[in-house]
Amino acid sequence: MLPHYFNHLFVTGIDIYIADVLIILTSLGIVSVLTYFKKWKWLWREWLTTVDHKKIGIMYILAAFAMFFRGGMDGLMMRTQLAVPNNHFLSAQHYDEVFTTHGTIMILFMAMPMLIGLINVAMPLQIGARDVAFPYLNAISFWTFFFGAMLFNLSFVIGGSPDAGWTSYVPLAGPHFNPGPGENYYLFGLNLAGLGTLASGINFLVTVIRMRAPGMTLMRMPMFVWSTLITSILIIFAFPVLTVALSLLTFDRLFGSHIFSMTHGGMPMMWVNLFWIWGHPEVYIVILPAFGILSEIIGTFSGKKLFGYPAMVGSQITIAFLSFVVWVHHFFTMGAGAAVNSFFGVSTMLIAIPTGVKVFNWLFTMYKGKIRFNTPMLWALAFIPTFVVGGMTGVMLAIAPADYQYHNSYFLIAHFHYMLIGGTVFGVFAGLYYWWPKMFGMKLNERLGRWHFWTFMISFNLTFLPMYLVGLMGMTRRMYTYPPGLGWSHLNMLETIGAFGQGISMTFMLINIVWSFKYAERDVTGDAWDGRALEWSTTSPAPEYNFAHVPVVYSRDAFWDMKYSKNKEKYQVKEKPYRPIHMPNNSGRPFLMGFAFFISFFGFVFEWYLVGGIGLAAVFYLMFQRSFEYNTDHYISVEEIEHTEAVTGRS
Amino acid sequence: MAYPIDAHHAPVDPSVPLEYSTEDGSLKILGFWIFLAADIVLFSCLFATYIVLHNNTYGGPTAQQLFDVPGFVAETLLLLTSSFTCGLAIFEMHRNRLQPMIGWWIVTILLGMGFVAMEISEFAKYVGEGANITRSAFLSAFFILVGTHGTHVTIGIFWMIALLIQFIRYGITAVTARKAFVASLYWHFLDAVWIFIFTVVYLSGKVS
Amino acid sequence: MSSMLSPKKRRGIAFAALSVSVLLLSGCGSQIAVLHPEGPVAQQEYNLIVWSFVLMALVGLVVFGLFAYMIIKYRSRPGIEKYYDPNLEGNKKLEVIWTVIPILIVIALAVPTVQTTYALKKPPVSAHDPIEVDVTSANWKWIFQYPAQHIETVNYLVIPAGVPVKFMLTSVGPMNTFWIPELGGMEFTMPGANLGLWLEANKPGVYLGRGANFSGKGFAHMQFNVYSKSQSQFNQWVSKVKRQDPSLSLTEAHYLVNHQGLSPVLTFSSYPSSSVAQNSNTRMGM
Repeated sequence: MLPHYFNHLFVTGIDIYIADVLIILTSLGIVSVLTYFKKWKWLWREWLTTVDHKKIGIMYILAAFAMFFRGGMDGLMMRTQLAVPNNHFLSAQHYDEVFTTHGTIMILFMAMPMLIGLINVAMPLQIGARDVAFPYLNAISFWTFFFGAMLFNLSFVIGGSPDAGWTSYVPLAGPHFNPGPGENYYLFGLNLAGLGTLASGINFLVTVIRMRAPGMTLMRMPMFVWSTLITSILIIFAFPVLTVALSLLTFDRLFGSHIFSMTHGGMPMMWVNLFWIWGHPEVYIVILPAFGILSEIIGTFSGKKLFGYPAMVGSQITIAFLSFVVWVHHFFTMGAGAAVNSFFGVSTMLIAIPTGVKVFNWLFTMYKGKIRFNTPMLWALAFIPTFVVGGMTGVMLAIAPADYQYHNSYFLIAHFHYMLIGGTVFGVFAGLYYWWPKMFGMKLNERLGRWHFWTFMISFNLTFLPMYLVGLMGMTRRMYTYPPGLGWSHLNMLETIGAFGQGISMTFMLINIVWSFKYAERDVTGDAWDGRALEWSTTSPAPEYNFAHVPVVYSRDAFWDMKYSKNKEKYQVKEKPYRPIHMPNNSGRPFLMGFAFFISFFGFVFEWYLVGGIGLAAVFYLMFQRSFEYNTDHYISVEEIEHTEAVTGRS
Repeated sequence: MAYPIDAHHAPVDPSVPLEYSTEDGSLKILGFWIFLAADIVLFSCLFATYIVLHNNTYGGPTAQQLFDVPGFVAETLLLLTSSFTCGLAIFEMHRNRLQPMIGWWIVTILLGMGFVAMEISEFAKYVGEGANITRSAFLSAFFILVGTHGTHVTIGIFWMIALLIQFIRYGITAVTARKAFVASLYWHFLDAVWIFIFTVVYLSGKVS
Repeated sequence: MSSMLSPKKRRGIAFAALSVSVLLLSGCGSQIAVLHPEGPVAQQEYNLIVWSFVLMALVGLVVFGLFAYMIIKYRSRPGIEKYYDPNLEGNKKLEVIWTVIPILIVIALAVPTVQTTYALKKPPVSAHDPIEVDVTSANWKWIFQYPAQHIETVNYLVIPAGVPVKFMLTSVGPMNTFWIPELGGMEFTMPGANLGLWLEANKPGVYLGRGANFSGKGFAHMQFNVYSKSQSQFNQWVSKVKRQDPSLSLTEAHYLVNHQGLSPVLTFSSYPSSSVAQNSNTRMGM
C-alpha cells in the first residue's frame, strides 16, 4: 500500500521539478535570511502572533500578492499554450489543471483576501475604532485562509492539482471521473479558507454596527465602510452555502454518498444550484469593496463630497439583495423553463439600474471638482470605462436567449475579466496605492506608478477585448487547443501578447515597491492625499492603538470637516490627559490552529483518516485551551502613549 | 474571583443582564447571534438537499420503512427537555444562584448525551440493516442532515462541559455569564433545528 | 505633465481599439459564426444581440462622453477655482433621470427577451413536420441517434434544411453543452435528464458544432460537422446508410459509451434500442 502511495505522491514533470527546486530554494532563502539576521523571534512576536487589524491586513495583502503571482503564472501558461493553434506547450491534462487553479486562486485566494486585507487596514481606522470587534478571531480568519491557500497550492507538487474547473461541476468532479487527491485539495482548501471568510464577515459586521466613533451615524459612514457592511452580510448568507456544497461533494468523494451521483438517485444539478447560490453573491463580495474604494478615491482626488450619498447606499443594498436572486443566469442553458429563464434574465438586468446609478454618481462627484491625477486616481478612473464595458456586456449576457450563444464562450470570459480585473483588480490597485502611505508610511513612486498603470491598461485591453470577438466566433472556454483556419489564431496571439504585457507591467509595481521602501520620502503628516475620512487623521502608519483620543464625528467626511470646517471649535478636544488604552494580547494559537487544520485536511485529502483525526483533535484542543484563557487583554500605559505620540510629533 | 479584573470584564453596567454588562460581552453575544444566522443558512441548504432527494430511494428502504416512531419521539423529548433545563440554568444564573445553575447545567449535559447516544444507536441500527450512506441519495441526504445536527449537539456537549468547569472554578461573573448565555443560545438553536428535522424528516417520512 | 496627457492617451487607446475591431469585423466577418445566423433560431437570437448591443452602445457613448468631459474640464489646472464647489453633494432631478432612463432601457430589453425566451421553447414555424435527433455526449464524442430513421452517427450530424429539428440532449458522462452557433445557441447535456433544443437550418450547407462545457481531457476535440441537406438529399443519405453501413451491436454501443477516448466519424444503419440513454431519463424544461 505504502509504495503505491509514494509512487503517486510526488507529481512529476519538468515544470513541476522546476517548481520543486524553486520552492525549496525560496524556503531555504527565507530560513537563512531569518536566521542570519536573527529575525525569528521578531517574525513570531510581531507578525505570526499579532491580533492587530493593520498587521493582519498587511499579511492578507502579502499572501494575496503571492497568490496573484501563482495565478498569474497559470494565466501566462494558458496564454502561451493558446498563442498558436495545435500547440503542444501543455498537455490537455496539464492545461486543465492550470485553468482550474488559475480560476480558483484568483477568485478565492487573490481577489477576496486582497479586499479583506484592505478592509482590515482601512475600515477600523475609518470608523475611529481601536481594532475590529474580535481581534483574536480576526487572526484565526487570516490563518485559516492562509493555510487553506497553502493546502490548495500544495496540490501542485504533492498528489496532483484539481482539474475540473474552478466551478468543479459534477459528475466530472465526482469520484467516478475524477479519482485521486486533486479534487480533494480543492474541496478541503476552499472549505478551510471559507471558514476564515465567514468569521471575517461576522467580525466586520459587528465592528461596523457597534464600534463606530461617537457621532458617526450610519449615514455618516465613509462609503468604503458601507461597502464593508454590505459585503459582510453577503458573506454571512452566502458562505455557508459554499460550505454545504463542498462538504456534500466531500462526502460523495470520500464516503461514497450519492448526493450528486449519476446513479442511486443523486442529482448532479444540485451542485450547480448550490455552487451558484454562493457563486453569484461571491461576485458581489469581490466587487462591492472595490466600489467602496472607488468612492473614497474619487471623492478625495476631486476634492469633493461624494455625489448622491444616499443613492450610493441604496444602490449597494439593492445590488446585494438582487445578487441572491440571479444565480440561475449562470445556467440558462440547463433546461429551465421559459418562466424561470425570463425571471432570472430580468432580475439580472435589474442590477444594471443600481450599478448605473453608482457610475453616474461617480462621474458627477468629479463635476465641479478639482481633479488630481495621482496613481490611485488613475486606477479609479480607469475602473469606470472598463467596468462599463464589462457591465454592458453583462446586460447582454442577461438576455437569456442571447446567452444561449454566449454561454461558456470566450465572450463570457472577456466579460468577467472586464469585471474582475477592470473592477476588482483596478479597485485593489487603486486601494493599494491610496492606502500604501497609511500602511507603510510612504507613498509609492508616482512615475513608476504611471508606468505600471499605462502598461497594465493597454495590455489588459489587448488581452481581453479580442476575447469578445473570438467568443462570437465560437471559441469556448477551457479548450486546451484549437485547430487553425477558424479565424481564431491572430486574435489568440494578440491576447497572449497582452497577457505577457500584463506580466511585465506587474514588475513595474514590484520595482516601485522595492524602490519606495528604500528611497521614497516618508510621510510625516499622516494625511498623504488631503484625505476626507478618519484614517488620515492619525499618523502613518497608525500606532497600535490607532487613535490616542477616540475622534468625535459631526458630519460625513469627518476628517475633511475637521480640517476645513468653519466651526472648528467643536473639534477642540479639551486637553484632557490620555487614559490607558485597553488592547487584546497577541496569541500564537490562531497560527497553531491554522496549522492543525492544515495537517488535518492534508490527511483527509489523501484519506489518511488517522492524520485527519489527529489534526482535528489538535484544533479542538486549542479551542478548549482558549476557553480557559482568562488573561486575554492588557493596557497600554499613559507614558507609553505619550511617548508614541511624541515620537510622531503629535503630543 | 481568581482571575485578574480588567476592562474587558469591567466596568460592569448594572442596568442590563450580567452577560451583556461589559462591552466585550455584548459584542460577543451579538457576534454569536450573527453566527447562528449563518448556521441557519447552512441547515437550510441541507434541508433543501434532503427535500429534493428524499424520494430518491433507488430501490432501498424508504423513510416510512426505516423510521421507528418511539425512537425518534424519545430523541425529541430528550432534546426538548434539555433545552428547558438549559433555560432553567440561565434563569438561576440571573438570580445569581450558582449551585442550582450548575445542577441544571449538568442535567442539560446528561440529557444531551442521552440524545446523542440514542441517535448513534439509531444510525447503527440502520447501518446494520444495510441502510447506510451509500445505499441511496435519500439515505445520503438523511445521514448528512441529521448527522450534521448530531455533530453540532456533540460539540455543544463538550463545550458545556468546558464551561461547567469554569463555573465551578470562577462562579457567576460577567465573563462566565456571557459564556453560559452564548452556549445556551446555541443549545436552544439546535433544539429549534431539531423541531424542523422532526417535522420534515421523521413525521413527513412516516406519514407519506 | 503626464497627468495632463492622460485623457488624450485614453481617447487614443479607445480609437485604436475601435479601429482594430472594425478591421477585424471587415476582414474575417464571415467567421464570426454567432453574427451569421443560418437558421430561424439563430436569427432570433441574433436580433436580440443586435438590439441589446445598440442600446448598450448608446449607454456607453453617454457614459464615455460624460467621463471625458469631466476629466478634461475639471482637471486641476489654473483657473479651476472658479468652477470648484466642494460642497456639491447631489441633485434630485439628475438622480431621478439616471434612475428612470436605465429602467426604461431595461424594459426595452426585458420585453423582447421574455417574448423570445417563450418563442424558442416552441418549434420554429415551418411548413414541414419536425424530425427528432437524440443527442448523447460521451467521453469524448457525440452520439446522434435518429429515432424515426433508426440510424446512428458519431461525431457528425446530418439534418434536412428547412425542417425544424428537435434535439433531445443527454449525457452518459460529465455534463457538456451542444452548440452549433450558426444554427442557434447551446443547451446542456446532463446525465439522468433529457433537455430539448429546437434548431433549424435555412438552407443546405456545412456548419461547425462543438461541445461548449468542459468535460475532461478530450473536451477540446469534441467538434463535429453539421451537414444540412435538402429534404430529398437527406432521404437519399438515409437510404444509403440503411443500405451500406453496418448495424451497431450492443457490445459496440457499450464500448462507445464507456471507452474514455476520442472516436472517428462513424455511421450505423441501426442501433439497439437499449442503447438509447434518453429512454431512462426525466425530461426537463420542454
